[in-house]
Amino acid sequence: MNAIEVKGLTKRFGDKLVVNNVSLKVKPGEIVGFLGPNGSGKTTSIRMMCGLLKPDEGNGQVLGYDLIKDRLLIKSQVGYMTQKFSFYEDLTIEENLSFVARLYNLTPLRKHTTETLEKLGLLSRRNQLAGELSGGWKQRLALAACTMHKPKLLLLDEPTAGVDPKARRDFWEEIHRLAADGMTVLVSTHYMDEAERCHRITYISYGELLADGSLSDVIADAGLYTYTLTGPNLERFIAELQENNGVQQVTPFGNSLHVTGTDLQALKRVLKPLEQNEDIQIEQSETNLEDVFIKFMSDSTDNMQ
Amino acid sequence: MSRIFSLQRLFAMLIKEFIQMRRDRITFAMMLGIPLLQLVLFGYAINNDPRGLPTALVAMANDPYSRAAVTALENSQYFKFTDVNVSPSEARSLLRRGKVTFVVTFPSNFAKQAEAGTPNALIEADATDPAASGAAVASAPAIIENAVASIKQKNPSLKQDLLKSSTIIHRKYNPEGITQYNIVPGLLGVILQLTLVMMTSIALTRETERGTMENLLAMPASPFEIMCGKVLPYLGVGAVQVAVVLIAGRLLFNIPFEGGLLLLIGAILVFVLALVLLGYFISTVARTQMQAMQMTFFFFLPSLLLSGFMFPYAGMPEWAQTLGEIFPLTHFLRVVRAILLKGAEWSEVSASVYTLFLFVGLLLMLALKRFKRTLD
Repeated sequence: MNAIEVKGLTKRFGDKLVVNNVSLKVKPGEIVGFLGPNGSGKTTSIRMMCGLLKPDEGNGQVLGYDLIKDRLLIKSQVGYMTQKFSFYEDLTIEENLSFVARLYNLTPLRKHTTETLEKLGLLSRRNQLAGELSGGWKQRLALAACTMHKPKLLLLDEPTAGVDPKARRDFWEEIHRLAADGMTVLVSTHYMDEAERCHRITYISYGELLADGSLSDVIADAGLYTYTLTGPNLERFIAELQENNGVQQVTPFGNSLHVTGTDLQALKRVLKPLEQNEDIQIEQSETNLEDVFIKFMSDSTDNMQ
Repeated sequence: MSRIFSLQRLFAMLIKEFIQMRRDRITFAMMLGIPLLQLVLFGYAINNDPRGLPTALVAMANDPYSRAAVTALENSQYFKFTDVNVSPSEARSLLRRGKVTFVVTFPSNFAKQAEAGTPNALIEADATDPAASGAAVASAPAIIENAVASIKQKNPSLKQDLLKSSTIIHRKYNPEGITQYNIVPGLLGVILQLTLVMMTSIALTRETERGTMENLLAMPASPFEIMCGKVLPYLGVGAVQVAVVLIAGRLLFNIPFEGGLLLLIGAILVFVLALVLLGYFISTVARTQMQAMQMTFFFFLPSLLLSGFMFPYAGMPEWAQTLGEIFPLTHFLRVVRAILLKGAEWSEVSASVYTLFLFVGLLLMLALKRFKRTLD
């Protein structure tokens, strides 16, 4: 049985189509990255999967429970971490945890909260108000709170926005530990380094599944070839390169330029004239995930209009 | 000039403020609505010299003198005979229940008394609100006298002496006309309403505004559990307020405690329940705490004016009285005044308490229905 198996999820708010025909399958124990451009309805999709919203169309199962009928059962076995910190800033760390533990009827209460505090490393700061914590700590507290009841499925909505790299790395180590214990994780993100830490990546753009598979599969399936140009003042070539049909995208990375295209021969032809410049080095490089995503995004029109 | 004050920058601020003001529909409506509401309510509904007060008539005998007196009283516009020819005990019950403000009794030998020159009518007034009954009571003796005199003039065979009329007036429940007796029990209702509706009206909007609502809903708590959890603490707050007001009312203002304490507390409980549910309902409608406050205020003002707290209920025009019925405060004021000042029994206040129950049921349903919709 899949942890998540939903088909054709659709949600409208008024006239606005927010989620259009999203289908998704997640196997137990997997960490799946849920990606898509802004406004493609990732948050709304996640809310539908954790029982917060009722889909207008579509159906499916989460942890074997019906998405429409068993929303309360789903809620009790899924952990959902919201994008914005959504615990009580005017409660202490311990009070927040106790509140969650009571809602999920975790007994003995004291044991659960103390264990969680210990694991968090916040035992000595248990009486501090949650609002006084830094962004990274808040996010760790939120993760601890929403995994306290040992959910079988954890849904994370852009969990590490605004968090420093060290805290983000620690966070992901924790996610992998939880997955090793058998928890299934679905995480929506915009960060490439986060996506790269997932077992599997799903890219959805306005209801269309554009990519699905492991990191290397997704990159290979995209069929992109990339050259890296290194040298001074590369900006002068950007406009000229972009006009070429053989070039899909030109992306500056510090002192280098990534030139990407689907046709290797065409790409070579375009770059040939540049070889005359002695101060520029041109070499074929690996296509990275970001190149692939930017291709996806420029292929689809934005939902904002 | 450009350093300290620039017209251009002021203009930028003004345009931004105006756009925001216009976009906040509720605030905009309140700014226009409240003055209009106040104007209409104060202008048409409020009357400090109330006319047409409901009156019960106990006429022992049907004689021309009492008939003339009744007509004259009615012509004065102070009295409106709503319950005619009732028994004395019925009349007293009507007075206690607050259905009538006056009971006018003409004794069976009124005609004889009139012809002998000493007509003695009895007017019992519900003086819980001295302002409501004062003017009417003051004018009644002269009105009755003139009516009797004019009948006698048509019959020259009678002695046309100066009448030694002595209309007896009983100012019941508050014979000394102490305003506090009326105001303090009313204040109990007003204080409860102000604090409880306001506090519960931000119950949900606070969660929404702080972003904690989403998390709360994602956890396994049902709408009913959330509502009870949000609302019940304020029953405790209400209990403390009730104790404070009642004790202060007794110690500072010597408010009489005529009725049963248990009945009073039961009635207060129903009222408080209606208030917290009303507040909770507002919080399911309002999107921000600010809006919730505005809605509370929008509700609070007319309830103060139309419930009979500030101005005599019976003195308002009929449409205003009908409007007043939609406020729980109106019904609570009747109950609390009847119990405290008149020593009313359950049977005499039951109708108002049942109405309060109706509010509780209705608001409970509305709040739960609204809450389900806010999930999506």
